Amino acid sequence: MTYIAKPGLHHPTLPKNALCYTRRDYEGKVSTLCAGCGHDSISAAIIQACWELAIEPHRLAKLSGIGCSSKTPDYFLGNSHGFNTVHGRMPSVLTGANLANRELLYLGVSGDGDSASIGIGQFVHAIRRGVNMVYIVENNGVYGLTKGQFSATADQGSVSKRGVVNTDNPIDMVGLALQLGASFVARSFSGDKQQLVPLIKAAIAHRGAAFIDVISPCVAFNNHAGSTKSYDYVREHNEAVNRLDVISAREAIGVDYAEGELAEVRQHDGSVLRLRKLHADYDPGDRIAAMNYVHAHQVRGEIVTGLLYLDPDPHDLHEHLNTVATPFNALGAEALCPGAATLEQINASLR
Amino acid sequence: MQPTDIRVPDYFHKVVDCQWACPAHTPVPEYIRLIAAGRYSDAYLANWVSNVFPGILGRTCDRPCEPACRRVRVEENNGEKPEPVAICRLKRVAADFKDDIRARLPKPAARKNGKRIACVGAGPASLTVARDLAPLGYHVTVFEADAKAGGFMRTQVPRFRLPEAVIDEEVGYVLGLGVEFCGGSRIDSMKALLAEGYDAVFVGCGAPRGRDLDLPGRREAAAHIHIGIDWLASVYFGHVASVGRRVIVLGGGNTAMDCCRSAKRLGGEDVKVIVRSGFEEMKASPWEKEDAMHEGIPILNYLVPKTFEHVDGRLVGMSFEKVRAEHDAQGRRRLVPTGEPDAFFECDDVLVAVGQENAFPWIERDLGIAFDQGGMPVVDQSTLQSTLPHVLFGGDAAFGPKNIIWAVAHGHEAAVSIDRMLNGEDPRERPAPTTRLISQKMGIHEWSYDNAVSADGRYKVPWAPAEKTLKSVKVEVELGFDAETAFKEAQRCLNCDVQTVFSREACIECDACVDICPMDCITFTKNGEEAELRTRLHAPALNLAQDLYVSGELKTGRVMVKDEDVCLHCGLCAERCPTGAWDMRKFVIEMTHAGPGCRDRAARKDAA
Repeated sequence: MTYIAKPGLHHPTLPKNALCYTRRDYEGKVSTLCAGCGHDSISAAIIQACWELAIEPHRLAKLSGIGCSSKTPDYFLGNSHGFNTVHGRMPSVLTGANLANRELLYLGVSGDGDSASIGIGQFVHAIRRGVNMVYIVENNGVYGLTKGQFSATADQGSVSKRGVVNTDNPIDMVGLALQLGASFVARSFSGDKQQLVPLIKAAIAHRGAAFIDVISPCVAFNNHAGSTKSYDYVREHNEAVNRLDVISAREAIGVDYAEGELAEVRQHDGSVLRLRKLHADYDPGDRIAAMNYVHAHQVRGEIVTGLLYLDPDPHDLHEHLNTVATPFNALGAEALCPGAATLEQINASLR
Repeated sequence: MQPTDIRVPDYFHKVVDCQWACPAHTPVPEYIRLIAAGRYSDAYLANWVSNVFPGILGRTCDRPCEPACRRVRVEENNGEKPEPVAICRLKRVAADFKDDIRARLPKPAARKNGKRIACVGAGPASLTVARDLAPLGYHVTVFEADAKAGGFMRTQVPRFRLPEAVIDEEVGYVLGLGVEFCGGSRIDSMKALLAEGYDAVFVGCGAPRGRDLDLPGRREAAAHIHIGIDWLASVYFGHVASVGRRVIVLGGGNTAMDCCRSAKRLGGEDVKVIVRSGFEEMKASPWEKEDAMHEGIPILNYLVPKTFEHVDGRLVGMSFEKVRAEHDAQGRRRLVPTGEPDAFFECDDVLVAVGQENAFPWIERDLGIAFDQGGMPVVDQSTLQSTLPHVLFGGDAAFGPKNIIWAVAHGHEAAVSIDRMLNGEDPRERPAPTTRLISQKMGIHEWSYDNAVSADGRYKVPWAPAEKTLKSVKVEVELGFDAETAFKEAQRCLNCDVQTVFSREACIECDACVDICPMDCITFTKNGEEAELRTRLHAPALNLAQDLYVSGELKTGRVMVKDEDVCLHCGLCAERCPTGAWDMRKFVIEMTHAGPGCRDRAARKDAA
């Protein structure tokens, strides 16, 4: 490893956001992933999205598990909170952190191994509980750190770099998320930042479980003919159902599309999601239809991308549990540990 | 846009801003790397090949390279004041720290080719012609009115900026190539010179006449009014050893700066520079103005000289009209009187440094050498030939006062013209320079150049203490960088000659280069017309002087567009490229100098 650190110099015209930060201020350390890794593009998209939203770095916590994907939080948002959990245990640590302090933004970054194999039990429960988070799976279909064995999301019939055909059925993370009640579900491609950046912005603005499956080619082990997660394959089979623009509450909303092409959804924070339909028959407000659509197209070998499902009125774990709004760290010892007498009282009420 | 053809020699040459800006096209990044490696002799020779006088230029060059330096654009909005790499002073480092390089210089030609060349004047232009032609077997005779060679460099540039030993050494290298030097022989008649049957005559006699100011009182007070360049020469020859206590220097060029600083050392206590127009418009290099002001010499502007005031034939002062600058609708600047009373400054001596003129009273007008109305010879811009083809002009003699590095560049071109002409080839055809691209890849993330970008600001050259330097006109002011500082300054160089070379066939459009590029130089987008394309790149490409590098169409129908403007040449695009579609390749350009390389290809083949 003789990577030089990315020079601190930036373009003289590099713009600043409302907080007077440049995009470069949202970067982390230089990536140690293989050259050309799709994950690096996702990191760049996260940096861009957070800069555009003018997120205060100390207001965001990034959590990850183990794997190539889970290394990436080191490479973006170098001034934010971070937690690298045991393999596959990111969702539960994130859930705990969220329960303790709902005032932070939670960004879970995971991979197909971390979330679809060892951590699938954690993944499904975090989604079904409606934890307010952005959950990004950097999905490349292989175990890159262990030299390219098929992961649980590899398509049946796809071929490994060494010519072995995958016989197992794949786990469809989008299908799981839809079925388990995620209130924001999207799929995108690391090679298409124009699509990915607005999706990440919308997911951050969303108050509920937001899941984004990002297909991210592994250049070292899964970017050959016969792979269904290569740059070429994804570009050829990508079926984007819509294009998303996120318009912050501060910006004026102009109309430049014909009626019927456009769907606008106002978010809780006042921002507006403007969806330009690319497929007239696709309705991202209908969960059951979305599930059918994604599966029908998947059978045809197409990869459906875009904002697949959005519940404009989401609910989250705190609402379900009726928890106190104040973060634990602001409650004080007395409120957090009210003493034996209070415990006695509670116990008595349950007898 | 059409895909960029990187085989055109100019394309990558322009990316090396300093080398492109240098009239002699000195390979700046190459010699700076050699300095960083401690290879001072190699760095010196890389310079010597291009600009003949590295030690002299390392102290006195007008440095067209430095304003062009990419570092200036890169440092903009990145901290303190943007500053170029101290290219000129690094050149001096190579000269200061080199070993004895005499054995590595060309040898005098073993066999003469029978052709005789006369050079008039022994300044940088003539000496360059001599250096280029003598080793090829030409018999070059240099005529000089003064006893020693060097011209303006020796007689006008003051010793506190350029020690005589440096001139002796570098002029000596040229004269040591078997050049015949006739010192103390002024050429008074071109006709007589031509009659001696030279195969070519090169006129490099400079612009020797200082412009005068014909104002009331000029004649009466003449004893204390001096023409700047003549006065500087008198100082050099020791004819002038002191000056009045109060001195006014008129003029805003580098000669004025040399005059005022010399006066300060010869007894001038109250020395001031007075210029007609604004401070910013002065012709002097910014650093020379700074050096003068640093020595306590004020520069007063917007004062138009009106009269020399005198009492009983003795100069007592000068009066000036106060003006201000006004711009008309066309943006032209005019100096308009403010209407305030005239300013009067007392003085004992005035040095007039308001420009230089060419003078060719010694060239008869019936020889077929045409002159224009301004009295300047009609000279071909590329061949430097006059209308009498075997008489060539170069340096200040050709197009009026410029500087040493331009004189050197003219010398090279004139030598090519002479060499082609005397080999029966058309000097108007100029063979293109040869170029090479050499990959710098050593390993997965290893390059044969230091690709880490230094964040340091420009280092200052240390000065000898003022109490010492201001006492004598002969004590050199600048001490030059020490080796350690030179290394740090050298590391500020961005290695712009190590080019980012893109190969469309290998690219898989993974965006890795776009994501890593610290300067947002790279964009993958739909092609378009240049003006429109420049507006929709990752970072807008506003500097129209810098090219866009455009690839052919990629698989997705897009093209790669790289704005060369602020590229750091850090090689991260190539490090992050999984397929080697980006490579860092050193661009080597060999300018066409006199010799077999400047001849027609067919003729060269025949010779072989």
